[in-house]
Amino acid sequence: MAGVPKLDVLICGGASCISNHSHDIKDTIHEELKKKGIEEDVRVIETGCMGPCELGPVMLVYPDKVFYQRLKPEDIGNIVENHFIKGRPVEEKILVSETTRAIIEKEQEDADFFKKQTKIVLSNCGRIDPENIEEYITENGYAAIGKILTSSNPDEVVETIKKSGLRGRGGGGFPTGRKWEFVKNAENDQKYVVCNADEGDPGAFMDRSVLEGDPHCIIEGMSIAAYAVGANKGYVYIRAEYPLAITRLEHALEQAREYGFLGENIFETGFSFDIEIRIGAGAFVCGEETALISSIEGGRGNPRPRPPFPAISGLWGKPTLLNNVETYANIRHIILNGWEWFSSIGTETSKGTKVFALSGKIKNTGLIEVPMGTTLRELIFDIGGGVPDGKKFKAVQLGGPSGGCVPEEYLDTPIDYETLIELGAMMGSGGVIVMDEDTCMVNTARFFLDFTKSESCGKCVPCRVGLVKLYDMLDKIVKGNGELEDLDKLESLCYSVKKTSLCGLGQTAPNPVLSTLKYFKNEYLEHIQDHTCRAKVCADLVTYTIIPEACRSCGICAKNCPVDCITGSKGVPYVINQDVCISCGTCYDVCPFDSIIKE
Amino acid sequence: MNTEAILKGYEAKEENLLYILHDIQDAAEEHNLTDSELKKVADFLKIPVSRVNGVTGFYSMFSKRSRGKYIIRLCQSPPCYIKGSVNIYKTIKEYLNISENETTEDRLFTLEFSSCLGVCGLAPAVMINDDVYGNLTEKSIIEILNKYQNLEE
Repeated sequence: MAGVPKLDVLICGGASCISNHSHDIKDTIHEELKKKGIEEDVRVIETGCMGPCELGPVMLVYPDKVFYQRLKPEDIGNIVENHFIKGRPVEEKILVSETTRAIIEKEQEDADFFKKQTKIVLSNCGRIDPENIEEYITENGYAAIGKILTSSNPDEVVETIKKSGLRGRGGGGFPTGRKWEFVKNAENDQKYVVCNADEGDPGAFMDRSVLEGDPHCIIEGMSIAAYAVGANKGYVYIRAEYPLAITRLEHALEQAREYGFLGENIFETGFSFDIEIRIGAGAFVCGEETALISSIEGGRGNPRPRPPFPAISGLWGKPTLLNNVETYANIRHIILNGWEWFSSIGTETSKGTKVFALSGKIKNTGLIEVPMGTTLRELIFDIGGGVPDGKKFKAVQLGGPSGGCVPEEYLDTPIDYETLIELGAMMGSGGVIVMDEDTCMVNTARFFLDFTKSESCGKCVPCRVGLVKLYDMLDKIVKGNGELEDLDKLESLCYSVKKTSLCGLGQTAPNPVLSTLKYFKNEYLEHIQDHTCRAKVCADLVTYTIIPEACRSCGICAKNCPVDCITGSKGVPYVINQDVCISCGTCYDVCPFDSIIKE
Repeated sequence: MNTEAILKGYEAKEENLLYILHDIQDAAEEHNLTDSELKKVADFLKIPVSRVNGVTGFYSMFSKRSRGKYIIRLCQSPPCYIKGSVNIYKTIKEYLNISENETTEDRLFTLEFSSCLGVCGLAPAVMINDDVYGNLTEKSIIEILNKYQNLEE
């Protein structure tokens, strides 16, 4: 029957799958459908991120619920012929792992995997075409703003958000409703609503995925906030590293204006609101709210002391409501389903769900959404599939450069804002970086400090100078020159920087050092006292030796050595001159017979 | 598009500064911002040149150095680091014979470090101009670079 498609083919158009050439897959499908003359039977939709990034490019076929993974253009002919025409899915391209099963069985609430995931923020991501407003509307889109504009006053909206228990998803976890109340009560004829999409935390990519996969939910969340606090103008501040998110949001804004969801006199209720995009230019500190405000104004992203808080004096000195992408994404669901529903999910102090981005040494990388109170073990082992290649789990880093590393013995802690802070980590934006036995914790701490010291804006002394000093001390230890007393100095400087820095960047930057000192002090001691690095990462503490019995005298190591410190000849085993060796590991990597040991 | 034409597209408000700088830099043959362009921007917005310079220097994506046609931004975030971005750096460095912030002699590539590109599921990753490439290996990064080199021939 012409005009009514029999199959819906959802191709993931998240940045990860696009980088794995999902557009080639889409083009090939269109070509094949045309060739077979079945274009009308199959509807091809490009969606946002489906979650399991490491399997990309991925494709989901409805109504059969068949999930294809790791597609190549040459697979498509076969899939179109056998599946789309003959109804026989191509088994070898279907991967049935826990992650994919979960996606296939999305509608089946009893699927084991889904008892652990609850999708609120990500409910539309990967299921609708983000460039088509009508698909969003079909999913109850813009019903929440319609509902409040016609039946609630701003006080009631603020009250609903307060009662829901929603807390800021960008890091600190400040109660969202209270923030809204401050801005609502601030007296001024001009107020602003701002969305912080400067997702700078390494290892976090949920904001990017929401903007790419469901941009309208942010527009709707911001509109509801604007109505509640009395603002008529909004800004979304996106980092320039996310060009796709910027394009999709721009497109969504145009469509929303066309349909009358943004602009003057929305739904003829007298409420007017519009949103503009502002883009960053590569500065981590702009994720801090006062720095972000300076950047929107067109200046350097320097933070300023608080109070006054942006709720009182923000953009151009006017009361400004600042929330994170994920926070706004929750709003419409709270309005539609009621605060009682939302507050029934989660723990005593932390309500609702949290999106986590799994990365590092973990089998299933990607995005997941779980209720607050889920344990780290469930996150990493049940959903994430644990550590690959038979390696041993060592630590999980939560909260990016502001967070900390949590060792195995605390994995059964239920995650909420308070428990993570007790552990010396923090919720942050929800980046979960898994580290295995091959990761050196001292080196990791140094790595984070290297990041924060170069991202410090330089305005206040503790952060500008303190972080460099912390880095230098860690560098000394990593190079094997550390002394025992350095550890006390390190710790006390960490606390000074935390207490005296101006903004969140400096106040939290020492956390990776403090948490590794707390849980992995033995590794620091080994570096200092024994001059060893158990993960064999710190080049200065690792020596490479050729086992004479195993050496076949091929000379490949000598040829590749950048400092020419390996000698030998045919029939005679090669030898490394340790005085000259720089421990670069090249010989170890190139040896075809694994005759070189690293210790 | 030249700077005058770009400026015409904007209201003379300081809040447009970052957008203007991005546009000028994107349009510039050498992907950079020169003093003469910055002066034009300052005059247009009626703000001191020092302020425009201050903003240019603050953000890592703006550059006053001339750069190649393709800017390779190698992600420096921990997930990429854990998955071996150092080896990718080494490979690019040796293959193109350039270090951080340097440009190849043929003016084709500039190598820069970037903060998190947000594709941590595919670490290690690079962004070349606006295109992201993930799951890099020492082999695949060379293939990617070859693709760009072949475009020029």
